[in-house]
Amino acid sequence: MPGNMFTPEAVKEALEIFKTQIPLAIWETFYVTVLSTAFAIILGLPLGVLLVVGEKGGVLPLPKGAMHALNVIINLLRSIPFLILMIMVFPLTRVIVGTTVGTVASIVPLVIAAFPFVARLVESSLREVNPNIIEAAQSMGASPLKIICKVMIPESIPSLISNATIAITTILGYSAMSGIIGGGGLGKIAINYGYYRYKFLVMLIAVILLIIMVQVFQSIGTKAAVKSDKRLK
Amino acid sequence: MIQLIDLNKTFKTADGNVEALKDINLTIEDGDIFGIIGMSGAGKSTLVRCINMLERPSSGKVIVGSDDMAALSPAELRRKRRSITMIFQQFNLLMQRNCLKNVCFPMELEGIPKKEARRKAAELLELVGLPDKALSYPAQLSGGQQQRIAIARALATNPEVLLCDEATSALDPNTTHSILELIKDINKKLGITVVVITHQMSVVEDICKNVAILDEGRVVESGKVADIFGNPRSDAAKRLVFPDGEETILPPGEGETRLKILFNGSATADKPLIASMAATQGVMAKILGASTRSFNEQAFGEMLISVPDDQAQTALGYLRSEKGIIVEEVKNDAR
Repeated sequence: MPGNMFTPEAVKEALEIFKTQIPLAIWETFYVTVLSTAFAIILGLPLGVLLVVGEKGGVLPLPKGAMHALNVIINLLRSIPFLILMIMVFPLTRVIVGTTVGTVASIVPLVIAAFPFVARLVESSLREVNPNIIEAAQSMGASPLKIICKVMIPESIPSLISNATIAITTILGYSAMSGIIGGGGLGKIAINYGYYRYKFLVMLIAVILLIIMVQVFQSIGTKAAVKSDKRLK
Repeated sequence: MIQLIDLNKTFKTADGNVEALKDINLTIEDGDIFGIIGMSGAGKSTLVRCINMLERPSSGKVIVGSDDMAALSPAELRRKRRSITMIFQQFNLLMQRNCLKNVCFPMELEGIPKKEARRKAAELLELVGLPDKALSYPAQLSGGQQQRIAIARALATNPEVLLCDEATSALDPNTTHSILELIKDINKKLGITVVVITHQMSVVEDICKNVAILDEGRVVESGKVADIFGNPRSDAAKRLVFPDGEETILPPGEGETRLKILFNGSATADKPLIASMAATQGVMAKILGASTRSFNEQAFGEMLISVPDDQAQTALGYLRSEKGIIVEEVKNDAR
């Protein structure tokens, strides 16, 4: 980083940007992250459940072919680098949002990138549920749907909250990347000022704010997970 | 009544087929406390899971009440399972629900209104002696308390049959005893048929009326507890009754005859049998091994003695004249 980062002019300019653009950028980053995470969970949770209950010996075994296809699709989406995925989903983004640039438009690639990841996280959470408890529920005459809704998901809530926290912090990181294709938020500020215009102090501020946001999400998530867990005395 | 008819269960594994159950035929009467005992790997857990179809038998029939379990549709089976409930070695409570809600769980599945379910759950917690733990979570309870909650949960749907899968194996002896007393009590008060799976002799002795001994997937003996344990015939039964091995004794000496004395509910346990044989008959017997147990205040068990060859007939004659004793000569080469 250049040594002239903290010259009086640079500081003054950075403060000006901080006042005029940063509040909106924080808000944009926040709502893009939260909305993307919410949509990713809406899509990823059922898929994660299917990954666990649908396998052989699961609560609701599905045809082998269907399970195979599901796994392939999830792995495929997870292996595309996010930067390239953003560009690849342009047509879909245009259909859904009407445009491919802008803050709202960046939600589409974020969701596409995140839901397979969320599905895998949900899968790992649900696998932690003691199979004996599931067997006990079966012995009481619980249907597969009741086992999913009343046993598997409630029993893994602490782990699901922990994993949702991982998801939201990861998506926060991705959302900064979407600044490259015109997505708004702190990522855009960092790229536009830091990368294109060499205003490193502004970039530094944006990065610090991103770090703080990750910290906040993480500590809220960790606290919620611990608090929800009734196994801890 | 529970009937198991020609039941077989084979598991397909990578190393070939494993026959977990072979030609099981058992009848368990209503209101009975029926023990199924065997060593680990004998197939006990598979057998009990065949009763409620958690495991599908490979062949044979399971009839509970008037229903052929294998012929029920999935929905019918789920309904039937509410009348055949189960408790487990590891209790298997829902860890994220408090005790009251754990007991409510099977009633939720049944669609019983919440208020009514809570009222009944509170009653059941009273029955198992833990009314003050309604709002505690399972992790806050001891093993014995958790099993009590599990029992309350198992009773929530007014079952006809209670299956206990190693229900006391994770508990200490005192807690085991109190849980068994509770099960006995429930059997008496509510008339529920209880099937007890265990590897512990003491459990069967404590509460069972009838017992089946399972060994390598087969029922090797079954009948009244006193009959089976008093005179174990199969090797598996002997191993259970005499865990240290009745035959691990001195090698046979020259010029000696060995006699096996079976106490089969005799009152002779009080009498100095060997001493009086020496005093009245002049037979000098060596005691090689003895193991006796008492059920319902009668002595069961066996003793192995050795007498000089020339006194063998005298000894046999004397012992056979005693009541409740069976004597047989043990051939050295048979051991």
